[in-house]
Parts: sequence; structure tokens; C-alpha cells
Amino acid sequence: MGSGSSLAVDVSMNTVLTEEERINYQDSGVIRTVLSTSKTIAIVGLSPKSERPSYFVGSYLKSEGYRIIPVNPMAKEILGEKCYPDLLSIPEPVDMVDVFRKPEDCVEVAKQAIQIGAKTLWLQLRVVNLEAAALAAAAGLNVIMDKCVKIEHGSYSGSLHWVGMNTEIISARRGQRYF
Amino acid sequence: MAEQKRKFGFETRMLHAGHIPDPVTGARAVPIYQTTSYVFEDVDKAAQLFELKQYGNIYTRINNPTTAVFEERIASLENGTGGVATASGMAAQFTTMMTLLEPGDEIVSSSHLYGGTMTQFTHTFKKLGIKTHFVDPTNIENWAAAITPKTKALYGEVIGNPRGSILDIEALANLAHSHKIPLIVDSTFATPYLCRPLDWGADIVLHSATKFLGGHGNSIAGVIIDSGKFDFSVFPTIADPDPAYHDLRFYETGGHYGFLMKARAVTVRDTGAAISPFNSFMLIQGLETLSVRMERHIKNAQAIAEFLSNHPKVDWVAYAGLPDNPYYDLAQKYTPKGSGAVFTFSIKADNPRAAGKTFIEALHVFSHLANVGDVRSLVIHPASTTHQQLSDAELEAGGVTAGMIRLSIGLETTEDLLWDLDQALQLT
Repeated sequence: MGSGSSLAVDVSMNTVLTEEERINYQDSGVIRTVLSTSKTIAIVGLSPKSERPSYFVGSYLKSEGYRIIPVNPMAKEILGEKCYPDLLSIPEPVDMVDVFRKPEDCVEVAKQAIQIGAKTLWLQLRVVNLEAAALAAAAGLNVIMDKCVKIEHGSYSGSLHWVGMNTEIISARRGQRYF
Repeated sequence: MAEQKRKFGFETRMLHAGHIPDPVTGARAVPIYQTTSYVFEDVDKAAQLFELKQYGNIYTRINNPTTAVFEERIASLENGTGGVATASGMAAQFTTMMTLLEPGDEIVSSSHLYGGTMTQFTHTFKKLGIKTHFVDPTNIENWAAAITPKTKALYGEVIGNPRGSILDIEALANLAHSHKIPLIVDSTFATPYLCRPLDWGADIVLHSATKFLGGHGNSIAGVIIDSGKFDFSVFPTIADPDPAYHDLRFYETGGHYGFLMKARAVTVRDTGAAISPFNSFMLIQGLETLSVRMERHIKNAQAIAEFLSNHPKVDWVAYAGLPDNPYYDLAQKYTPKGSGAVFTFSIKADNPRAAGKTFIEALHVFSHLANVGDVRSLVIHPASTTHQQLSDAELEAGGVTAGMIRLSIGLETTEDLLWDLDQALQLT
């Protein structure tokens, strides 16, 4: 079940960002809008190894109906999808760029995300680079940082709750039906 | 686009955390999902569930939608990142230790423990190649001296059973973290209403939910709550590839819920110590009134402890809420609202063992049984029941005296409880 159209709750756990940074880069309304409007997600640093965190996220997003585009110069195909060496090589529009890279690589990724016209730059848990985030935000992209896209999707769609995790969501409103 | 950001209070979360009315029925109370299993959407989704790549319900031995409400709610109340419910408090301990430890490992534990925990740590763990060093918890030096390179965790009860000692959580957390090991605490007697150990630096909190969380003495259950803050990256059992899951590294992949994921998907799955959905429902009912009940529990307990400490037939009262108690200062720090509702006192008599028996049999309102944390007041006399085969000298060695009575104070009319204790004491 989903968690309704608006939330008054402060979701604040499991992050290294300051309160001000959380306001800029972890807004729950922005996150839910991004998850519900994005269709194509390029995953930078997606690993071909099935036990890696990026593979967990990629396979999850694919099974949830998103089109995923792997970006990894070391692979040809991941999760049955053609793999590209960088964002600039992708021949189709990308809604969201999801990043599994070292923080110091993120400025370059942000520049490429801006260049290809992505609408959202999403830096995964502990992938924190304030310069990259500010760059993308200044170019008009939604920026999410120090959050896992799989955890957030599971949190707001209700499934993360099923494994006993504290989603921090409080609402007495009837859950939303998606169809 | 920015939404309002409110940090909801303890009582609001007691009633709402973990439950959003479902979109189909709108049921306001939490439904009881009394089912063993869940129909898969399709073969691919099923495979993803088994590989932990999807969140979802597989089998009630691993998770259940009613139980999930209890787990998320208690995690919220403890300020934890998540919870795993188990069949009992003993199962919660066992699950935690079996998730963290391997043969050859050691733990350092407070000796002020529930006797069942002492037995589990001493004898059952010995069979698994795990050694427990018990220390007097009141001096931090005792803990530091017992830590060896094999030590993988520190363990203690926030309010120790039965002596009512208060654990110095903050100091122990600092010690544990300086050795890169977690501090695990049992907070059964405190409940998150009186103390939230994770806020003081503890890493994992355990409860026998049978007691104050359920509160009504009707369901056996336990729960594990993780702060999500401990760095397990160099902790072998959580960081290393797990052959049972295609070499998955639980900490690398699960991050702040890696430990709980392994506890659920490996340990509870394999030991089978799962909670019944019906019991989870009963615990949810209990949590909804936790703060109201605890306020009344501690009000009655404080009144009774003060009454007994001034009673001519009473030798001593061990309640940290009394100013002359050696743990009073720690109690003011960690449990400022009140020091729980379970404590011991001793009858002053020439033959304390016989006096204890007389006292128990004279009570009208206190129930004589082996539990604590019920809405009803409870009593037990260890020397004539659980410890009756021991000599007086052996009792003393175990921290139990011949005239010692353990009370668990319920919600009855305060004056009725005082009356009952007084009339029974007069007969001793």
C-alpha cells in the first residue's frame, strides 16, 4: 500500500547530511515525485555481480517496472540491458541518473547528467558530494543525496515495512491504490 | 514542493507507527494476517524475494504483515532503524547472538541478569563453542578487564533482574565502541517509555515483549531492535560473504539494516523461533497504551517501594527510585520518569524462608506466579519456588536471600496494594 498524497513527517534517520542539507537533498515530496514520474533510470557504476548493492538496486528497479540503463565501462550487458561506458554515450532520453561511485567521481557524473538533460541526479547512500549536488541543482535538476533509491521506493510503496524496517512514515489517511 | 516536516511524539507513534490503513478495506485496527504463506505475483518476483532483492512476504516463519506492524512500531518507539520479532525474549537473545557470533567467540555480560539468560549464556552457548565472561556490572573496570581479542559483544540489562541495578549504558557503549564491538542491552524492565538505550549509544536493544510491551500477561514474545549506526564493516559475521546467500555481504548490501536482514533471513529462518501473528496483534494492542500503563505502573511502584522501606517488618527494599539506593544517581540519568515496576525486598524475620512462604500465602490481590510486567500485580518468593533446592548459603551466592520477595507492580488501586502487602506482612 502506498502512503498517500502528502506527508507531514520528518524522515531523518540513517543519513550523514546536516538538517539543512536534508532539506535541500532529501525532501520526501521531491523523492516521491521523482519515483512516480521517472521512467528511465541510468545507473552509473552498476555492477554485473549479483551480490553487489548496485545489482540489488538495479534488479529491484527493473522488476518494479522502470527501464534501467547500465553505465559501466567494464561491461557489455547487465541485467539483460545494453551497457554504456558513460552517460554521454546513451542514445535515448534519461529521466534519472542513479550513482554508485566514489564521492570524488560525482562532479564529472553531475556534469554529464546535466549535459544529457536528465531531470534528476540521485547519489546513493554515503555517496556525498556537495559540489556535485549544487552543480546539478543549479542546472535545475532534482537532487537526492545519501539515500538509497531502492529503500526509498520500498519505504513509500509500503514493501520495506514488511521486513520490519522503520520507515518513519506516520499517517492516519487511507493508503493509496496505484491502479 | 517542500512538505511540512514534523517529528511526531512518542504517544502518537505508539498508536500510528507502522500502520497505514490498507487501501482496499480501510480497516483502522491492525488486521490479523493469520496465514503461513503468500501467493507470489509471478515466478521472477518469487525468485527475487528468495534472493532478498525484493522486499515482501514469503513465509510467516520469516515475516508477516501483522508482525511487521509490531516490529516497525517498537523500532520507532526505540528510535531504531528496524526490528525483528521472535517467539520469546529468550529467542530474541539467541537470535542476536547467533547472528553475531561464531564458535570460539566470547561475550562479556553483566552478572545482574534474569536467571534464564544466565543459563542460556552459560550452558547452551557452551555447546556452540561460545564463552561468556560474567562481570559485576557496577564498575566499568570489570568490563574492560574481561574484554579479550575474542570478545565480540558486551551485554547487560538496563534494569537488572532481580536486584534492580541500573546499567551505565553510555560508559559501556564508549568502551564497546573503542573495541569495535556492539553493546547489546535488554530493556525489558524499562520499556522505551522509561529509557531509550539507543539514544545513549547502545547498538542493539532486546525485549521480552511478554512483559510490559504486551502488558497483559497473555502472549510470549521477544523483539530485537537495531540502531543502524554500528559499523559492521570489520565485523566478520555481518561483513563477510555469506555462503547461504550466494556470498552476499549483508553489511555492504544492507547497510544500516544488514544485521537485522541477516537476523531475519538467516537466523530466525534457520532456528524457527518465529512469532505467531495473533501474538503480534496482542502486542500491538499493548503498545497502544504503553505510556499510560507505564505512568501508572511507576506511580504505584514508587508508592509501594516507599511504603515498604518504612515498614517495620521489612529488612531492605532494592528500588533505584529510592534516594538511598546505590543506583539512584544512574536511575536519575537513565530512567528519570521512574525505575520500572519490578523490584525486590526482604522480610525481616528470624526464619526468613518460612516468613516468605507465610507472606505469599496471605496475599489476596498479588498473584503468585513466575512472570513480571502484567497489568496485575505479581509476586514470587524465590527461596520457596525457583530456588527452593538451594541452601541459604547457595542462595546468597546467587544474589538471592532467604527472605527476598520479588514484586511486579500492576495497575490496581494503590491503597489496595498497600493494604494487601501490609496485612500479609503482619502475619509473618
